[in-house]
Formats: sequence, C-alpha cells, structure tokens
Amino acid sequence: MTTFAAQVSDVLAALEAVRDPELDEPVTELGFVSSCTVSADGVADVRLRLPTYFCAPNFAFLMVADAYDAVSSVEGVRRTEVVLEDHFASDAINSGIAARSGFVESFEGLAAAELDELRRDFLRKAVLAGTERVCRPLLAAGRTTDDLAELTLGEVAPSTDLERLRARRAELRLPSGDDSPLLVDAATGEAVGVQALPLHLRRARLTSVNMEANGSMCRGMLRERYGTRGLGEVEEDQ
Amino acid sequence: MYEKDGEKYFVVDSHMHYWDASPANWVAGHEQYAKGWIECFHAYQGLGPPETHWTIEPFQKYSEEDLMKDVFEDGYVDVAIFQPTYLKEWYTEGFNTTERNGALSEKHPGKFIVNTRFDPRDSDLGLKALEDNVARWGSKGVKLYTAEWNNGSRGWTLKDPGAYRFLERAQELGIKNVHVHKGPTIWPLDKDAFDVSDVDHAATDFPELNFIVEHVGLPRIEDFCFMATQEPNVYAGLSVVIGGLMHARPKFFAKVMGELLFWVGEDKMTFGSDYGIWEPKWQIEGFVDWDYPSDEFSDYPRVNTATKKKILGLNAAKLYGIEVPKEAQLPADAGAPAAQDDAMLVEDGARV
Repeated sequence: MTTFAAQVSDVLAALEAVRDPELDEPVTELGFVSSCTVSADGVADVRLRLPTYFCAPNFAFLMVADAYDAVSSVEGVRRTEVVLEDHFASDAINSGIAARSGFVESFEGLAAAELDELRRDFLRKAVLAGTERVCRPLLAAGRTTDDLAELTLGEVAPSTDLERLRARRAELRLPSGDDSPLLVDAATGEAVGVQALPLHLRRARLTSVNMEANGSMCRGMLRERYGTRGLGEVEEDQ
Repeated sequence: MYEKDGEKYFVVDSHMHYWDASPANWVAGHEQYAKGWIECFHAYQGLGPPETHWTIEPFQKYSEEDLMKDVFEDGYVDVAIFQPTYLKEWYTEGFNTTERNGALSEKHPGKFIVNTRFDPRDSDLGLKALEDNVARWGSKGVKLYTAEWNNGSRGWTLKDPGAYRFLERAQELGIKNVHVHKGPTIWPLDKDAFDVSDVDHAATDFPELNFIVEHVGLPRIEDFCFMATQEPNVYAGLSVVIGGLMHARPKFFAKVMGELLFWVGEDKMTFGSDYGIWEPKWQIEGFVDWDYPSDEFSDYPRVNTATKKKILGLNAAKLYGIEVPKEAQLPADAGAPAAQDDAMLVEDGARV
C-alpha cells in the first residue's frame, strides 16, 4: 500500500498524455482541465470542460475515459473521479465512466460499436498532418519531392514534430523505425511513390490546416465560454 | 450593394436566420438544451469584433427592425436567403421556422428568399409539409440539419433510404439547392458525426441538385474538400469561415481560404453571414479588404476583385436565379477556377 498520496503535479503530468482525438493536442494544453485536486488519502478529482455544450459526445467520452485511465495509473492515487462539466451528455458520460462501462452501454440504444475504429481514423489524420509538419521545413529549405520520396525517418534531423509523427505511427503500428520511409500511406503503411507524392503532400497540408484551424477555433470558443485559463493551458502560436 | 474603390459588389447573404430562442419559447423539461444551444451560438458571436457583440437578451430574440437594419440598411445585403432550423424538441414554436421567416419575407417583398427544410424521419407527414411549404413560400432551396433530435432519434444521414424519397420529391417540386449542415449528435454515435460522405453519395445520385455544404464541412474541411473536387454540383458555404475566423484567427482564415480556393475554387464558394450570430457589415467590409497577410501563403491561388464579387454574391445569384444589376456583373471570363486539377499533374520532382 502506498503511504503518501500523489501530488497534483503528478496527476497533471499524467493528463498531459491525454489528447483530444480530433485535434491531436493534450487536453491540458487546450485548457480543458478546469480543476484537479488530490485528497490526503489519495482521491484524485479531475474536472474537464469543453468549448461548447454540444461538442461531439463520442470524442468527449474518449477524453474522459482516457483521463480516467491516465489518472488511475498515477502512483499514490487510490481512487479516481473524472467529471465532464457543462455538456449536454455529461450525465451519460460521467456515470458511464464511473461505472467503467463502455461507450455502447453508456449510450444505450444510440451507439452500435465501441470507439476504437473512430480513434484509429483520427490517428491516421494525425499522421497525415504530422507528415506535413515534418516536410514543410524540408521543402522550404530547398528539398524536392523527389528527395522526400527517398528519405527515411532516421535521415530527418530530430525535432519534436518528428518525434510526434513517429509516436503516432507507432500507435497505428505503421513503420516508425529509423529505416522506415518518411512518407507512408497512413492506412496501409506502404511507401508513397514519387508519382503520388505531390498530391499526398497537398492532402497532408489540407489535413494539417483543418486540424490547426479547428484547434484555434476551439480555443477561441473555450475562452468565450469560460474566460479562465485551464490547468496546464498553453497559449496557441498565432 | 457594397461599393469600395469604385467597384460595386452585389451581395447575397446565402445563410441567415430570424430566430426566437427566448425563454418563453423553451420546451418544458428541455430548457437546458434550448439554453445550451443559444449560449453556444452567443459564444460564436464572441469571435467577431468586440464592437459587434450583443448581450444575451437581444441575441435570444432580435426584432424585425434589428434584422432589417443590420442586414440591409447597415449590412449592404441585396438579397438574403433564410435557412430554417426547427429544433422543435427544444423550442416550442421552433427555433427558426419556414413560417416565421416567410411571414417576414412577405412584409418586405424582393428582400428575402425563403428556403424550407425536411426531415426524412417525419415520413409522409413530412413530405406533405414539404409540399405545402414549397407551394406557400415558393422555396427553391432546403436546409438540412442532420443532427436534429426527433422523437428519440438523435440524427440522420443522407444515405438513409428515406432521405432519397425526400430528395426525389423536392426535385419534382422544383427545389434546386440543398444546403447541408452537419451537426454533432448524429446516430450512430460511434461513427464520426461530421462525416460528409453521405453528401458525396447524394450529389452523385442527384446531379441536377446543387449541394451547398454549410460551414465548409467544419470541422471536416479536408473531407469536404476531397469530396468537392469529385462532385461538380457541390459548393462551399462560407458561413462561420468568415464570421468565426477572419477577425479572431486571421492566420487560419488565410490558410482555410487558400485551401478552399485551391480545392473548391472561387466559382463554387458562397458568402453567408449566419446572422444573427454575426452581422454582415463587418464581414463584407473585411472580406473586400482582405488579402493573404504574407509571402508564407504564396502557394495558394490569388484573390482579386472578381474572386470577391463571385463569393459575396454572384455565385449564389446564379444558384438562385437572382437578377444582378448590370453595373455589378462580371465579364464572362473573369477569375479562375479551382487549381486542384493542375495539382494532379504536377511533374515528378516538382516543388509542392
């Protein structure tokens, strides 16, 4: 039995790993964590908030479930409570998470399957957007698309964007080692050929613009709704 | 009509509302949804310039005088297209019905186009209502809100067989334009509610209808753009793009506009203020003055006066058969279509 209760900072650090699946950003940085406490006997209580009352309930469920798992695994946390505030589906989600139900059980009659495939779809988009973020500076520095088709992950200079791309690819079980091609199809893991590359990069850019614009709009809406900073919130790069 | 630097812009506001979200109209037992909905809209207004913000009371229910002043007198709009949103599970008389819009339109002839709507889950009664509304208000367009709650159901898609029955009937009745708005509470919840692939199917199967995807499919602009490149009868409705991004997020506004101009093209983009979320005045003034903020955007198609005239009014005028005064028309060959066709042909090794 653990003698000492976890610190709030430990719990917040664990929440850093919880991402909004659509935006591919940590819930902390987005400002979604409105409060976080740990009692003397190790009960962690986390409150989450979203930009609107009608944010998509399936993505909300994923974030609350992931937050529950992340906080529960912190050493010194004896019991975890994660509560989604001010959302039209708060009751269904909170009681479902508290009872450790799956999504289908929490939304009886309204969902046919769990959310794994949905999560994978959005991971693929994150890979596409992440590819663009890694390739943009390479092209700006004068590399051609022919060059990019030849590059492996290990040949690209280290960066946080590259690390993030490799992590997302690994999550999807796509090739992510040093000798893997920089450009792969996010569904099959096959290398993208030179012919298909220009269009692939255009689509990657569009995906990245969409994700960033949505993230920016969500931050704006959250600020309009609450006017207070979340725990661990990071200002966007404007 | 808006005039700037000797240029005349004929303005069609192709997406606006006349709603009643006041507490007197909230359905007993569902007050939290009615309140949540209008507060969410009100937060969107906060993304516009501060001097255009309203307090919540007039936002819940604005008057006829407010609308006429904001849209036509101050707002430069020549013709405004009402897009109804019913939400009768939350609002007793409906949030923004064909009848409410139509009554206002009758008092101001020539100012409005009254679109109606349908919900395939209403079945035969819904078909009858569609027929009646088209006959009564002369509707040439419908607004479809797929996330509407209806008798226990939390949404629908254009892939549903019932939806095709309605689209067929709408076409027979003379409907030309289908405005689709994707919302977040669609059945089934384990799928992506914002997925636009159902619009893709319908656009292929109904080539005579135009499908205007409102809010450019936000938050799925990328899926929308891929789809729009393949379907000649799919358009981008810019409501929320200009209102929600141009002032609050100028960098992303530039990127999103660049992508839309590239994939969809200036001939298939239509302005909508989304009034009463945002007033049209600042959106039109700002858009006419707008250009990419820096060289960072040099890969995207250029914008010029012709681009802006098309987006602000000429494209929608074409869709709805609105007569445009000669001084605001463009020569036939002005502007450029989408660039995406060229992108497919980029030579091997070329810079992207």
